[in-house]
Parts: sequence; structure tokens; C-alpha cells
Amino acid sequence: MDLPIFLVQCLNAVQYGLLLFLVASGLTLIFGIMGVINLAHGSFYMIGAYLAFVLAPYFGEWYLTKLLVGVALSAVFGFVLEWLFFSFLYQREHLQQVLMTYALILVFEEARSLLVGNDVHGVVTPEWLAGGFQLGGLMSYPWYRVFASVACVLIALGLYFVVNRTRLGMMIRAGASNRDMARGLGLDIKLLYRIVFAGGVALAALAGMIAAPLSSVYPGMGGSVLIICFVVVVIGGIGSITGALIASLLVGFVDTFGKVFFAEYSGVGVYLLMAVVLVWRPEGLMKRAY
Amino acid sequence: MRLLPMRLPSRSKLSLVAAAFCALAAVDAQAQATGPIKVGFMLPYTGTYASLGNMIESGFKLYVQEQGGKLGGREIQYFKVDDESEPSKATDNVNKLIKRDQVDVLVGTVHSGVALAMAKAAKDSNTLLIVPNAGADAITGPMCGPNILRSSFSNWQPGYSTGVVAAQKGYKRAMTITWNYAAGSETVKGFTEAFEKGGGKVMKDLNLPFPNVEFQALLTEIAAQKPDVVFAFFAGGGAVKFVKDYAAAGLNKSIPLFGSGFLTDGTLEAQGAAAQGLFTTLHYADNLDTPRNNAFRKSFALTYKAQADVYAVQGYDAAQMLVAGVNAVKGDLSKRDALTAAMHKVTVDSPRGKFTISAAGNPVQDMYLRQATGNNNEFRGVAVKALADPARGCKL
Repeated sequence: MDLPIFLVQCLNAVQYGLLLFLVASGLTLIFGIMGVINLAHGSFYMIGAYLAFVLAPYFGEWYLTKLLVGVALSAVFGFVLEWLFFSFLYQREHLQQVLMTYALILVFEEARSLLVGNDVHGVVTPEWLAGGFQLGGLMSYPWYRVFASVACVLIALGLYFVVNRTRLGMMIRAGASNRDMARGLGLDIKLLYRIVFAGGVALAALAGMIAAPLSSVYPGMGGSVLIICFVVVVIGGIGSITGALIASLLVGFVDTFGKVFFAEYSGVGVYLLMAVVLVWRPEGLMKRAY
Repeated sequence: MRLLPMRLPSRSKLSLVAAAFCALAAVDAQAQATGPIKVGFMLPYTGTYASLGNMIESGFKLYVQEQGGKLGGREIQYFKVDDESEPSKATDNVNKLIKRDQVDVLVGTVHSGVALAMAKAAKDSNTLLIVPNAGADAITGPMCGPNILRSSFSNWQPGYSTGVVAAQKGYKRAMTITWNYAAGSETVKGFTEAFEKGGGKVMKDLNLPFPNVEFQALLTEIAAQKPDVVFAFFAGGGAVKFVKDYAAAGLNKSIPLFGSGFLTDGTLEAQGAAAQGLFTTLHYADNLDTPRNNAFRKSFALTYKAQADVYAVQGYDAAQMLVAGVNAVKGDLSKRDALTAAMHKVTVDSPRGKFTISAAGNPVQDMYLRQATGNNNEFRGVAVKALADPARGCKL
């Protein structure tokens, strides 16, 4: 493999890793802070992607507006969902959490099937992001992939800022490290959890919306994302945003180069990475950062 | 299921039960000769393949309806089981039809893993089975039997015919790309066999785990190796994404992409401009302008208010094969050998064109070259005439 091709592959790895991070960050927030194993997280990604498809005719070239509207809708959806279902789960055992969130997957898939149908749909890239730039002679790299990467980096920075530099972030960290003490000091933990959950759902949905033009939308798209997200969360350390970022990039690189060099065994690479990390650091790369 | 502790019945009770059972069986056998023919559909009615299952059933019933709703002078009774495309439930599901409903013929299914379990159950119980889609080579290969027939294709067939076309167009160096599972690797094997026979060489097989759709790394690898042609097998959502990614990477301008028909079947609308001009081969094409196909499509549209597709054709032909067999024995299904012999000898007048059945039970059929134009896979010629699956491993 010569240098230009190697660099293009690195770009692919970073781009895939960043998109993974966007989905996984919401999962690690919910999992780490509220202690809920949320199998339905992949469904939020799916819902986001289908939102991008369904909303597309109404917004046309107003792509960023569409993203904002989609995020707002999914945050409201997450808020209501937490109130209806998840708020009952915090004190329950993991088995019950798994059962209920699994049931939600089935409900969301059926609802998707009833509302949009079982066909595969493409989502058009906005005009101003169409096309690509020439790379390494033969290949062109789509602008939209660059846009997706930049968007992911911005969101990662924003997330870091909110969690570490704002009052809300302080409350989230306090609630995560000691729920009862935080409540004793007068924090409205219920509302806080509801906000975190809504944020997590919005992040997953946003990832789905950004990925939709790249991946098209199809039944069962949430399932494959969910598994790889759990891998990222476990490698990164449950609840750690920084850990999730490092883990996503690691997974991106292992997956990309695994496919190129060990085509026959490419499926194994990521899980091998997880096993090695867990033997080395059973709690994941980053212990919970707060 | 948990086994409940049970008191063993005494000897006399046991013989009583046995006698009752024998009597019942006798009544049942009598009923079978004169009652309706029982057809068991085991198809996906929920999940990703639900629409395929419905198309197959619609096609099957359409032909039966055209025959006046009777088979060999006997009424027909349908039983339905949703297989959910779930191989782990396949054996239980097929036994519902074989043991509980005691069907005379099984029709199913779409998913190859489920179909293999059905073939095994059909073989063990000697039930007649017609597979209306699943392409696994093994069904008419190592698993073959006189009572197992297929109305669709083997995975090898569309792969092979695409390889013939690619070699004829003068390409020398090819790369293949697919999911690392049976349908993918069987199709790629067919392509490689024909392409290398035609003087080409497959440089490298790329694959990724099913149903992973992160193709960017492999597309970069294709750009690095610069083959003359790329052969791809993907279906459904993966096919849409692959074709779009291939175009977005600019590869469609420099390296032509060929595929088995499933790359562009039912996916063209989602693929949009990215798929335009793609060449694929399959045993059916949209707008196949023959009187037989036009009549079929019109009849289907009138009956169901929907457009027929390749799955509807496969269901329709499954019924044709069954009817040919049942008519040959005049509805007397106990003449099993004569029935299956007739099914193997029939020339099916299919909407896709006439085809015969190989000794292993797979269609010997023309494979068409199609080109994606608008939302249609337009007929461009016959890629291979009367292509027979080699049925490797079949001892018949």
C-alpha cells in the first residue's frame, strides 16, 4: 500500500470513527449516568435516519434547518419517552431494563413498518454538499463525508464543553457520581435525568440524520449500529465521553484496516480489540471521568 | 418446552390409544384421496422479506385461480406459517405444516438458512417441497432429492452468467466484493468460474461481514488496485448503499460495476442516478416484452392492483410445476413417483420464458442481461441460454 492510499484509508477510518462516536456518545451518557442498559438506542438512530427521509420533501435545500428541526423533535420524543417508560427503570434490575428496551425496539420497528413501509429509501444529499474532490488520481472523496466529519467534531467539542464547563454539566456530573447526595443538596434529579435522556436520544437521532444520505434508510438499520455502539462504550469505559471518542476512533481504524488486510476475518477485528482492551483494562480505557 | 412429569399409562390403556390412533389414521388416509389438496405456505409474512413472501403467495394463487381454483380436479386448501426469516425457528415452523396440518406439498421460502432447514425436514418426512426463492446451492446440490424442487434459481446461476458477460466484454482483471455469507460467496464463485473460463482473472475477493455496510475502506482498495471490472453481490439496503457509495467515490466513471440482478432489483428508486446504466444478469427482467409476460403482468395487476415482480413470477411458476405434477397423476397424490417424475419433465411456460427442470430439481433457464434505466431493469439480451446449475454434490 503506497502512501496516498494509506492516507485515504486513514481518512476513511477517522470519518467512520467520528460517526460512531456520535451515536455512542448518547449511549454512554445514558448508560453511564443513569445506569440504564438501553437496547433501544439503535432505534433512536433509525428514527433519526427516517426523520431525515420523511422531512426531506418539506425542507428542500434548507438542510441545516432540517437537522435542527429533527433534533428538536427527537429531543421532545426522548423527553416524553423517559417520562412514560424509562423513569420507572432506574431502580430495577438489568434484566427488566433489557426486556423493556428490547420491547421498545420491536415497537419502533413495527411502527416504522406501518408508517413508512419496508422499502429501502435513499436520502438525497443537499445540492451545496453534492460532488466531491479528487483524491489519489482515481478516486474522488465526497464533500458530504467531510461535512459529516466536521459536524461530528463540532458536536464532540460542544458536548465536552457542556459537560465540563457549564452549570448543567456540573449537575450532570454530580448526579452521576452520587444521586442521593445531589438530591439532598436540592437538585431536581428527575428533571435532570429527563434532560440527559432527551439529549442522548437527540444525539443518536442526529447521528442517524447525518448518516442517512450516506447509508440510505432501511429496515433493521438500528440493530447493526447498536452492537458496535456497545463495543465502543465498553472499550471506552462506561460513561466516559473522552473514552467513547478514543474508542470510536480505535474501532474505526481497526475496522478499516482489518477489511483491507484481513478481508476474510474482518468481522473479528473489532471484537478482538475489545477482548484485548478488557484484559488489559477491565473497566475500559477511561474509567468514568466524573 | 418443559416436560411435565407424567404417570405412565397402563398396558391396556396404551393398546386402546394405539387402536384409536390406527382408526383415525385410516379415516385420514381415506379423506386424503378425495378431499382437498393441502398446500402449506411457509413464507416470511413479517420482517424485511414480508413483501417478498406476499408476492410469492399472490403469484402462486394467481396461477391456481387461472386453473379454475382446482388441482387435478381436486379442491385446494391453503395453510400458512410465517417463517419470520428466522433459521432458528425453521424446524419447528416446518413441522407445524408437516405434522400438525399434514400438508401434501410445502411451498417456501425466501431466506436460504430457513429453506435449508425446510429441505432437511422435507427429506426426512418425504414431503414434496417447492422452493420459490431461496438460492442456496445446497438445496439442489448436496441436499437434493426427488421430492425437492425449485422454481427460482441457484446462487451460482446469476453469478455465472454475469461472469460470462464480463469476459465477453473483454475485461481481463476483476475484483469481487460481497458479504461474507453463503449467498454472497456462492454467487461470487459462479462469477469467478465463468470469468476465468472466459480468459479473465479475478485478482482479489473483497468481503465484509453481513450486514455491515461500511464500504469506504474497500472502495479505496478497489481504487488502489485499479481492476478492469468489479463484480458485486449485495441485496436490499446494502445494495442501495454500495451502489451509491461506488458512484460517490467516482469509481463508476473509471471502473465498470457488474452485479447479480439483486444489486438493482427493488432498489433502483432508492439508488437513483447512482445506478443508471448498471449491467446485471438475472432470470427475469422488467419490461420483458413477450406475450406471455405481458399477459401475466396484466392478469396480476388486475387481480391484485399491484405490479408483479420476479418474486411473483417465482411463486406463479411454483404453482405451474405443482399443477403439472398433479395433473399427470389426475389428483392421486399417492402415485408419488409418477408425480415427481412429471414435475421434472415439464417445460414450464413461465412469464420469464420457457424453462425445464434439471435432474437435481433446479430450473434450466435463460439468464438475461439487464441495464438499469430509470426505475426499470431493462432487458438487453440473453446472457446465457438454458443455463443449468452444475448441482455439485447432488447424487441423483
